[in-house]
Amino acid sequence: MNDRPVFEHKHFAHCESGVVSSLLTHYGLSLSEPMVFGLAGGLTFAYLPFIKINGMPLLSYRMFPKSIIRGIQSRLGVKFQSKIYRNKEQALADLNRFVQDGQVVGLQTSVYWLPYFPPEMRFQFNAHNLIVFGKENDEFLISDPVVDHVVKIKSEDLQNARFAKGTLAPKGYLYYPVFIPPSIDLEAAIRKSIKKTVNMMSRAPVPFGLRGIFFMADRIEKMGGRKEPRYIKLFLGHIVRMQEEIGTGGGGFRFMYAAFLQEASDLLQRPILSEASSKMTEAGDLWRQFALACAKVIKSKSDQIDLNPIADLLRQCGEAEKRVYRMLASG
Amino acid sequence: MKIKEIPQDSIKTLGGEKKALYALDENGRYTTATTTGWEVEEIVLLDALADYDRKAEEARQRVLKNRTSPIEYFMYIRRMDLTTLAQAMGLFKWQVKRHLKPEIFRKLHEPVLQQYADLFRIPIRALLHFEEGS
Repeated sequence: MNDRPVFEHKHFAHCESGVVSSLLTHYGLSLSEPMVFGLAGGLTFAYLPFIKINGMPLLSYRMFPKSIIRGIQSRLGVKFQSKIYRNKEQALADLNRFVQDGQVVGLQTSVYWLPYFPPEMRFQFNAHNLIVFGKENDEFLISDPVVDHVVKIKSEDLQNARFAKGTLAPKGYLYYPVFIPPSIDLEAAIRKSIKKTVNMMSRAPVPFGLRGIFFMADRIEKMGGRKEPRYIKLFLGHIVRMQEEIGTGGGGFRFMYAAFLQEASDLLQRPILSEASSKMTEAGDLWRQFALACAKVIKSKSDQIDLNPIADLLRQCGEAEKRVYRMLASG
Repeated sequence: MKIKEIPQDSIKTLGGEKKALYALDENGRYTTATTTGWEVEEIVLLDALADYDRKAEEARQRVLKNRTSPIEYFMYIRRMDLTTLAQAMGLFKWQVKRHLKPEIFRKLHEPVLQQYADLFRIPIRALLHFEEGS
């Protein structure tokens, strides 16, 4: 891994799968973002009403941060060197050394401290991943997977972003691939990871997987008449943001997983995966319809909110996904 | 979603940036495509931001009536709640709650105030001379 090609920035849908795809490709293992996401078992659903972040329940369409970096290692046998820091100065010195050596590295950062993000997006979200691949004067050259061009950042801002405190605090987390096996049985890896995702989505207890989706539908339905219209609108908006905002690829990662299934179908020569991909696209489209219905409620000035059609749309999303997992389990 | 169905609503909240996503081309093949944003995203984000703005304005009124400290105002301006602020400061929630009391706030030492100011990305005088700024 000593020959170091020039780093090429690419635009991705999601930060962690984008960074891992970019880093592995740079270090000689060319994998698309959907392939990384699928192999690492990135898809999920989780709705935890008892854990609140900024007053809103924890909700996720993908696995916990860092799970893609961990998942890809256990699935493919690639190895990443990773480091966290207590000492900020040490972290910066290390980064400067990596840049000097031409070592391209991934970092975990807080969006709140990234000046190139639109101001409306700068929330306290500590699990944003990006790549550092060079330095010009006092500014690091950043390949941020969710931005379509290269950006620069002052070391002071980057330090703040790497050492933000709070939930999922990055603690200077830095990582890069150090080992790629000479041969990888991609087909076996794909089979295993699909099986794992199917199991998790169809068998996990409430409030995870399919049961989590139906559970959230029930909760939404019961909110009517019990919660303030203001809260209901914020809650629906929160769901849509987790599903559609920057870094999700739209449709709560379902389109990315559909892209993975299609690629897997080509590689394994198994048409059933291509069919499952189409079904997953249908599920993604339904999630988008659900988002649209939520946005209409939020936009309307009326406090009369009919939550039944919203909950029904959500159940349709769950049913559509159930069909995907059934098909994948049978094939 | 097909490529031609991808919304291109040029939403303000993306600040002129584009997002990448996966969509189907005319042959039913998945490929990456870009979008200038979907109105739906903008509606939900602006609604969430409006809620913070409303809370900030309420807090501002209370600061002027000496019923809370400027920390509460800037907390909402920077889209945080008490828990998030305490975590970002590395403090307990009860400590931040105390700092919201005007009489305690006035006695805060400069390093603590500076830490708040740094987190809020404002000069320290914006905290100390709040009335002039509003």
